[in-house]
Amino acid sequence: MELVNIFVKSIFIDNMVFAYFLGMCSYLAVSKTVKTSFGLGIAVVFVLSITVPVDFLLNKYVLSEGSLAWLGDSFASVDLSFLSFIMFIAVIASMVQLVEMIVEKFAPALYSQLGIFLPLIAVNCAILGGSLFMQERGYETLGEATVFGVGSGIGWLLAIVGIAAIREKIKYSNVPAPLRGLGITFIVTGLMGIAFMSFMGIQL
Amino acid sequence: MSSEKEPLFSAKNLKLITTPLGAQNPITIQVLGICSALAVTAKLEPAIVMGISVTFVTVFSNLVISLLRNTIPSRIRIIVQLVVVAALVIIVDQVLKAFAYEVSKQLSVFVGLIITNCIIMGRLEAFALGNKPWPSVLDGVGNGAGYGLILIIVAFFRELFGSGTLTLPGLGTLQIVPESWYIANGGFYSNNGFMILPPMALIVVGIYIWVQRSRNKDLIES
Repeated sequence: MELVNIFVKSIFIDNMVFAYFLGMCSYLAVSKTVKTSFGLGIAVVFVLSITVPVDFLLNKYVLSEGSLAWLGDSFASVDLSFLSFIMFIAVIASMVQLVEMIVEKFAPALYSQLGIFLPLIAVNCAILGGSLFMQERGYETLGEATVFGVGSGIGWLLAIVGIAAIREKIKYSNVPAPLRGLGITFIVTGLMGIAFMSFMGIQL
Repeated sequence: MSSEKEPLFSAKNLKLITTPLGAQNPITIQVLGICSALAVTAKLEPAIVMGISVTFVTVFSNLVISLLRNTIPSRIRIIVQLVVVAALVIIVDQVLKAFAYEVSKQLSVFVGLIITNCIIMGRLEAFALGNKPWPSVLDGVGNGAGYGLILIIVAFFRELFGSGTLTLPGLGTLQIVPESWYIANGGFYSNNGFMILPPMALIVVGIYIWVQRSRNKDLIES
């Protein structure tokens, strides 16, 4: 039950885009058509569902205070948590590279669809944000961390596909000239965020 | 630096600082670094601290990468950049934890997210890799300040209308709207709680873009 709760919460209530504005750069740049934004969204779900559990294990057994106790008593008081940013970003960059190579080898069709998006994801704030929130909120089991990673990815996918669909339609409306493009996208995102706020407080 | 013939603050160099504040603003025109920009603007103080932290990181990462630009093989430059930026962000994080613990708690994960802030990578790729150290430093100052400027404007309006206060570093929370105006004290005024909620940050930036582009017609997208 706890897992379902985390899952729903990470998709709708703590949505990466609407509640924390993470991954906004690619969200704004790639949301011109539904097709490409869906590809990028899938890639984000994919990478988040791998990096968050890996960073969870790293955090639990290497980085946080006292986590090196399994090496012996002399390591019990070591606290490496100040290294977590650099470790997380290294894991993400290498995981993205690895995922890219595996997908290219075993699923060429998917690879050609994701195309240039995979390497771009290494610097998507939503990915690093996923790991940092996982660390900050202190999820306790690997299952919780994985569910949180997948859920945040799906939330991001929902947001980018939603805005892309709206932007495709908005081309036909008469938007005031200074607002065209970036301005109206911000305002529409804000309105979508308000709509998503109605999910607040849902408990399963 | 010493080999440069032009003075340190020549017109060309000053332009590097001033254009990112307006016509080439990283947030509203280049669309960089929005990720961490909006979540920290519910109050003025974290916005100011965030602006200073990002400026620090852009200046020094631009400087380091610019000094190393001829020795970095272009294939692994992203990793090198990430390592330099991550090291600088760790310094910022540790300093904030030591000297401004309350603000550091409010900023939470967003300090760490400076690493993936697109402004920093974007300026490294676009400017520091191809320019001398001193112009790179100025470019870092300009872009960091342009980022901080938007943060401070957004935070100013959100906090003023949302809480009726302004929180300044060192001064604490100042009550701007007089207490006697509030309905609870027999007045007519009530805070707009909506401004504190996350979606309003997006709408405030949208309105800022609207104002900026209607004043400067060159920026309008077709």
